Amino acid sequence: MKKAYIFVFGASSTLLLSTFLFVIVPRLGQSEVVQEGRSAQLPYTEVQARGRAVYIEYGCIYCHSQQVRDPVAGADGHFGWGRPSRPSDYIYDRPHLLGTSRTGPDLSNIGLRQPSRDWHHLHLYNPRLLVPWSIMPGFPFLYRVVPGEQAPAEGAIEIPNSKGNWLLPSEKASSLVEYLTCLKRDGETP
Amino acid sequence: MDTQLAFVILTFGASVLAMVSFVVALIQRQVLVPPQAAQAIFSTGEMGCTELESRPNNRWKSLDQSARGPILYFLLSSVGWLLLGSTLGLIVSIKFHHPEFLGTRDFLTFGKLRTLHLNIIAYGWLSFAGLGLSLWLVPRIMRVPLHKPKILYLAGSMWNFGVCLGCLGILSGYTDGLEWLEFWWPIDGLLAVAGALVAIPLFQTIWRSQEKHFYVTMWYTLAAFIWFPVLFVIANMHFLHTGVQQGIVNWWFAHNVLGLWVTPLGLGIVYYLLPKITGYPIFSYQLSLFGFWGLALFYSQVGAHHLLGSPIPTWVANLSIVMSVGMAIPVITVAINHHVSAYRHLGVLRQSVVLRFIVFGAMMYTVSSLQGSLHSLRTFNYISHFTHWTVSHAHLGLYGFTSMVFFGGIYFALPRLLDRDWEYPGLINLHFWLAATGILTYAVSLGIGGILQGMALRDSSGTFEQSLKVTLPYLVGRSLGGSLMLLSHLVFAFNICDLLGRTAREKRS
Ligand code: HEC
Ligand code: HEM
Repeated sequence: MKKAYIFVFGASSTLLLSTFLFVIVPRLGQSEVVQEGRSAQLPYTEVQARGRAVYIEYGCIYCHSQQVRDPVAGADGHFGWGRPSRPSDYIYDRPHLLGTSRTGPDLSNIGLRQPSRDWHHLHLYNPRLLVPWSIMPGFPFLYRVVPGEQAPAEGAIEIPNSKGNWLLPSEKASSLVEYLTCLKRDGETP
Repeated sequence: MDTQLAFVILTFGASVLAMVSFVVALIQRQVLVPPQAAQAIFSTGEMGCTELESRPNNRWKSLDQSARGPILYFLLSSVGWLLLGSTLGLIVSIKFHHPEFLGTRDFLTFGKLRTLHLNIIAYGWLSFAGLGLSLWLVPRIMRVPLHKPKILYLAGSMWNFGVCLGCLGILSGYTDGLEWLEFWWPIDGLLAVAGALVAIPLFQTIWRSQEKHFYVTMWYTLAAFIWFPVLFVIANMHFLHTGVQQGIVNWWFAHNVLGLWVTPLGLGIVYYLLPKITGYPIFSYQLSLFGFWGLALFYSQVGAHHLLGSPIPTWVANLSIVMSVGMAIPVITVAINHHVSAYRHLGVLRQSVVLRFIVFGAMMYTVSSLQGSLHSLRTFNYISHFTHWTVSHAHLGLYGFTSMVFFGGIYFALPRLLDRDWEYPGLINLHFWLAATGILTYAVSLGIGGILQGMALRDSSGTFEQSLKVTLPYLVGRSLGGSLMLLSHLVFAFNICDLLGRTAREKRS
């Protein structure tokens, strides 16, 4: 079938063109972003990076974006999600976690908006304890619940209205919260 | 920097050269698409006769049966994945309005099941069904038996194994974390090899054929088999990319799974079955050329419209908007071709349920593609982005169009492969109506919910809470539609089991 070669040739060239435009050129532009954003964000610490992996494993990205749009595009600023994002906010992000869904609020700056680790733990354990209308899944399997008059261990959190039950975060839960509280994309680019 | 610059110039030069020489080739061979090629899919005496799902006198029997084992293997695998994938879809959907549904265990958490749903549907159901139907179509159109079909058992098993492993990986936390590319990368390597093992016999079959005409369906199939493997390999080189730039690559790939893999396979089947069933060639063979090349050029560059509003370079955003709007050209040409052909034979729709699946699919292709052009425009995107509208659109395209076309294709192909007719045509009809009502309920409900959500997310006097609460009834609506879809799949599976069961029983007696 000799006519087929035209289609092989044509189909390859359109794909080559699009690879060039959407993979190669942006990749080459990336080095400028990295230089420009040198001090806009700090690299993740080891714990934060592990927390980031937990965020990925449990699919937080399917409900939460990490990108703030310009005021013309939406009321992002009004909801307190922070200033519009810049490319340099993401230079340590691999895999990227921009997200395309806002079933839940944007988390670009959750560390500024909600610095309390205890809040995060209770919320992750069961979001409806703190936010009754929430449809976010709970992650109770990341916690151990221990009854007691006093805190059974350091870092235990008292569950409100539960007659003295305490929440003990697992390693996964602690590092996830370390990650969440480090998300502060408000730095000015020098 | 110098090597980079040289690389840019080289790639750009190469692609421009390729395009120019391609245009020259087209001009020199104006006869590339002689109208009689449109009739190439008919054997003598078939033109003008409608062909229903039963096969009174199958002139293609020897070709159909030349690779029937592997084709059956692919099609049955696809149906298995479909059942699993859509069950997961329904569970995920219920979790949206009842977050505690099925309890809160690690492997039952929303984030994992949603990922399973998407990957099983994309790489289990859609890919297997598309591959299986291509394997059935290529010998028919090229009029030669499939070359070395035995290797396909190995390819199919590797692919099945890869999808299984990928899913187990996701459940136990091995994921690459990029949407549509979640399978852990070594497993993607396995899938790539399996894919190559399917492509080789297909390419060789095409190459060995003496057939004069290269029918439209083959353009799409051949191109899809070139595009997808390359995309898949490039997109899996995660180590090259970071941050926003990785986002661009991610969505370039994700949209191309639809545009350059599933869509061309689906369109190829429409281009084959629509004329085949009605008994008349497609309305305008010349027009199909525009449809194909338009798709090749525009569709490959639309992906970044998933990231409008994010800090991607402005030119990337603008380019993908232009290309998304440009998609209207191939979509409208294909629409004219398909809908005029169908409109001329409306009567056949009453007799042939398969044609109903195909025509419904073709209609949804037009609707979902025009939707795509619309919500790529910034004004509309500001509302629809980040909302359930996108999910509604994804299902309209992948279910309303591709899955419906694949259902039709399987209903047409299986009796010819097994040489036995469907026992209960009424159940095929039931499948159609359940699926059609289901997807329309799903898409309309979630479409409205998405727009309301989007308006609430733009309302700077409102709260986030409102944007969530306004969607709740529509999320329940989605679960209703999804239940109908799942029910229709059970009917589908029953029909197939019945056909297989009778074949096996007959063989024994
Ligand atoms: C099914 C969608 C969904 C998933 C999956 C999900 N969330 Fe949420 N999330 C929500 C919704 C809805 C809200 C708003 C209501 C609330 O605060 O609970 C929310 C709120 C939050 C908030 C508080 C935001 C604020 O502005 O107060 C944080 C932090 C958060 N989620 C973190 C996570 C993390 C971490 C994960 C993954 C382990 C996750 N979410 C998974 C839907 C989801
Ligand atoms: C063969 C049929 C199906 C196909 C091809 C399909 C395809 C998809 C795709 C592509 C996505 C990702 C959407 C996006 O992020 O833009 C998705 C998500 C989803 N699908 Fe399906 N699906 C199918 C069947 C179903 C069924 C029967 C249901 C049941 C209700 C369902 C429910 C869902 C849900 C709840 C999501 C997650 C949406 C979100 O995270 O917001 N799907 N599906």
